[in-house]
Amino acid sequence: MVNLCSLTAEQVVEGVKNNHFSAVEYISQILERIEKIESQINAFTIVDANGALKKALSIDKKIRDGEDEKKIGSLAGVAVGIKDNICTKGLKTTCASKILEDYVSPYDATVVKKLKESGAIIVGKLNLDEFAMGSTTEFSRYGATHNPWNINYVAGGSSGGSAASVAALECTVSIGSDTGGSVRCPASFCSVVGLKPTYGRVSRFGLISYANSLEQIGPMGKTVADTVMVMNSIAGMDDNDQTTLNNGAPKYTTQSKRNIRIGLVKELVEGIEPEVSKCIYSAMDVFSKSDCKCEETSMKSVEFALASYYTIAMAEASSNLARYDNIRYGFESNPDSYEWNAYFAKIRSNFGEEVKRRIITGTYVLSSEYYGKYYLKAQKVRTMLKQELSALYKIYDILIAPTMPVLPFKFGEKIDDPLKMYMIDIDTVVANLTGIPAISVPAGFSKGLPIGLQIMADELQEQTLFETASLFESTANVQRSPKL
Amino acid sequence: MIDGIKIGLEIHCQLTSLQTKLFCSCHCDYHGKLPNTNVCPVCSGLPGTLPLLNQKALEYAGLISLALDCKIPNETTFYRKNYFYLDLPKNFQLTQYNVYGITSIGIDGKLEYDGIDEEKHARIRRVQLEEDPGRLVYENNDMDSSFYTLIDYNRAGVPLVEVVTEPDFTTPKDVRIFLNKFTSIVEHLEICDTKLEGSVRCDANISIGEGKRIEIKNVGSFREVEKALSYEITRQKTMSTHEIEIKAETRHWDDTRKITKQSRVKEEEQDYRYFQEPDIPTVILGNEFLSSLKTKMPELPNDRKNRFISDYKLSEHVSQVLIDNKWLADFFESAVKIYSSPKEIANWIVSDLMGFIDENNHHHNSQASMEEKRSELKVEARHIAELARLVDQSNISRNTAKMILNQIITTGEMPSQVVERTNSSKIDDKGLLSEAIESVFRSEKSAVSDARLNSKAANFLLGKLMQLTKGRADPKIALDLIKKKLIEPD
Repeated sequence: MVNLCSLTAEQVVEGVKNNHFSAVEYISQILERIEKIESQINAFTIVDANGALKKALSIDKKIRDGEDEKKIGSLAGVAVGIKDNICTKGLKTTCASKILEDYVSPYDATVVKKLKESGAIIVGKLNLDEFAMGSTTEFSRYGATHNPWNINYVAGGSSGGSAASVAALECTVSIGSDTGGSVRCPASFCSVVGLKPTYGRVSRFGLISYANSLEQIGPMGKTVADTVMVMNSIAGMDDNDQTTLNNGAPKYTTQSKRNIRIGLVKELVEGIEPEVSKCIYSAMDVFSKSDCKCEETSMKSVEFALASYYTIAMAEASSNLARYDNIRYGFESNPDSYEWNAYFAKIRSNFGEEVKRRIITGTYVLSSEYYGKYYLKAQKVRTMLKQELSALYKIYDILIAPTMPVLPFKFGEKIDDPLKMYMIDIDTVVANLTGIPAISVPAGFSKGLPIGLQIMADELQEQTLFETASLFESTANVQRSPKL
Repeated sequence: MIDGIKIGLEIHCQLTSLQTKLFCSCHCDYHGKLPNTNVCPVCSGLPGTLPLLNQKALEYAGLISLALDCKIPNETTFYRKNYFYLDLPKNFQLTQYNVYGITSIGIDGKLEYDGIDEEKHARIRRVQLEEDPGRLVYENNDMDSSFYTLIDYNRAGVPLVEVVTEPDFTTPKDVRIFLNKFTSIVEHLEICDTKLEGSVRCDANISIGEGKRIEIKNVGSFREVEKALSYEITRQKTMSTHEIEIKAETRHWDDTRKITKQSRVKEEEQDYRYFQEPDIPTVILGNEFLSSLKTKMPELPNDRKNRFISDYKLSEHVSQVLIDNKWLADFFESAVKIYSSPKEIANWIVSDLMGFIDENNHHHNSQASMEEKRSELKVEARHIAELARLVDQSNISRNTAKMILNQIITTGEMPSQVVERTNSSKIDDKGLLSEAIESVFRSEKSAVSDARLNSKAANFLLGKLMQLTKGRADPKIALDLIKKKLIEPD
């Protein structure tokens, strides 16, 4: 029998709907796969085997009963993992933090609700850096996620579990969140496809906020087509999120287009690891050979992007995380005999080191004395970047860059040096600061470690993005999952 | 008046007429609900929830702004005010903030009022929307001695309009007059039920001469605001006579001891780390908003007063008393609709009915207790209308009418029913009156002789007649008859 775990979402839906195999057979294989290799990968915080099997049974029944296509859903049977900072009713949502270790949300995030309605099967919650703050998943309370291509290397982050689970065939597609590259970074490190949609294209209702003005929920999959399928299920306006855009229901396709005008942002390639740079320039050749007009271009304000990003992200984080005071929900702790300020302090000492660092820095940059010097300036950089981008998108349909300036690295290599760690986000933060969509597509390998190509389109131009990514995917033909 | 007194106000007014809270669909009215039952994931600040701005709240805040003569900016946004406190589910409050750019719904307004000596006005610095926090409950209502603190989030997220004035007041009395006028305005806008407990709250700040600014909080009613300010003036003046320095501080009003006390919790200079709420997109107000507000603007107290004066020919004073309390003004107009005798009706309301409402009402003149008093009164517009008609048509004397009012206030009977029951119609039948006068003349022989010499003594006989008829005799007709009988031969 074929290994059902290695199928794409498209193939799973096809197979289940046409009775080539049942949803239960497929989910059982997925659960077996998780059982077998999860100890090496650590992609999940919780696996919901019972819930997944139950849902698979109900889908099989719907198909047997001949229910109509719409009720069965566009993602019928597809095993999906959800990053553990996205609320799932009845299943813990921990943010990989001690603070929320026992937290069960009373409601489903909008994306979770939509995925369920599309017939997807939620197999579990996926590992992340605590509250999505990190680029390696090393800051998880549940331990780091390992890179399926070499388990001594980091999987990237903060959606490390979302990328690794797809690469390791523990689920078919997954959902991550991207505040400064948290979907694209691990997608690049694990050789899968990961999308950060246009700000406002996907509802954030139920995503536990780290930095509201920057982040989006995004899909990850083995192929561009799989991320398109998921986007068609989760994107769209939501009454529960007033920042969602009124842009109609999504109907994205994967036809690949030629004659695309492409600009390579040279500031995002300069000074990066030579293996990565080499790979990106050969990606340019791939496009050129497909009748695309490719050239290097410049985006000067990129120089300020990283500082701007961390200023804004930490400022928003310091306020967003203020609510975790263990009064309305949280973990077991007795407040007896504490004055409330002392109790707050005691509770909040349970955050991890990186989270504390960001809360403290964010508190500082928002103080009235420094607001103008840091926060306001950081916002001005956003405006500058947007202006520069809108000029560039008059010339190019697409901008490309490496997703990460480095190859995946070993555990512990950067964890003690926050600045070094922050620096590797340099190529991804532009899309978050400006709200444009960006996707990371596998571009090749060096020393057996994956490299991702980042493709960026103008606001709401996801369709162009998918067409370009499909073109590259079909031409470059890069391996998606390692032998494990 | 004392020189150099500067008083400013910060008024919080709940938009109780809204159906839902400011950022979620929980009910706005939390009164009488079991603790923590009027909450949802959004207003209790659960992880992953996002605020959804109540558009109607913008409209209400806009109406207040216009009524206070404010400028309305082209766009509005919300800010987070960050601080840790038990009653804040998110540990920040969503509010508006004008330091990094104008974001509040209204700015730079003014409100005129009749000061004690002259027409005055106070400038309005800003009108802004914000969310109410939850409510903390202590043992015996005393924070200092309480063994526990209970938190009720039912109120969390209820829309508040905050109105901040410039320090333009110079006497506590003016503050009271201003607050009454403000209350009447929000009542006329029908955005706030001011009689609900805690629906309108007022903090004040005061400085004298070169002294530092003192904030006064925790004041229960508008009358208490006036008292607290008077107390502060005396305290601060005494201090400066003794050359004791007045330090900037926050003081709480102790409404049992009627003094202000230094807050037990030392409020240090807080940095609230304001920044714009990213989850609420900037709202473009523009001309459309302004013109839609104008079409929705109801008649405001000032216009209503002018109309009372010109249409009903009421005096300025009576009109002012009526419109100061929307309920009274409405009552008046309903009564006039039933029986069109505005002056008579206004007099009944202002000089008699008001007395019943004000009675026993001096200790707690909060809006709430006023309402309590008035709901105990069983009298409605139709009662006063009928009373006025009976008097106008000379069916009963004014004295009788007053006695009737006294009764129907507790019974709710119609005046005509009382008249019928007690047979208290005026006696204007000359035959009946003559019989009664006969009997007075028989029993008051010496008085009759006096009166024959001095016609003024006839009034004494009239008094006796009134006694005999229990006040029902029509005095005019009776006096005529008495005078006539005096000149008749014995």
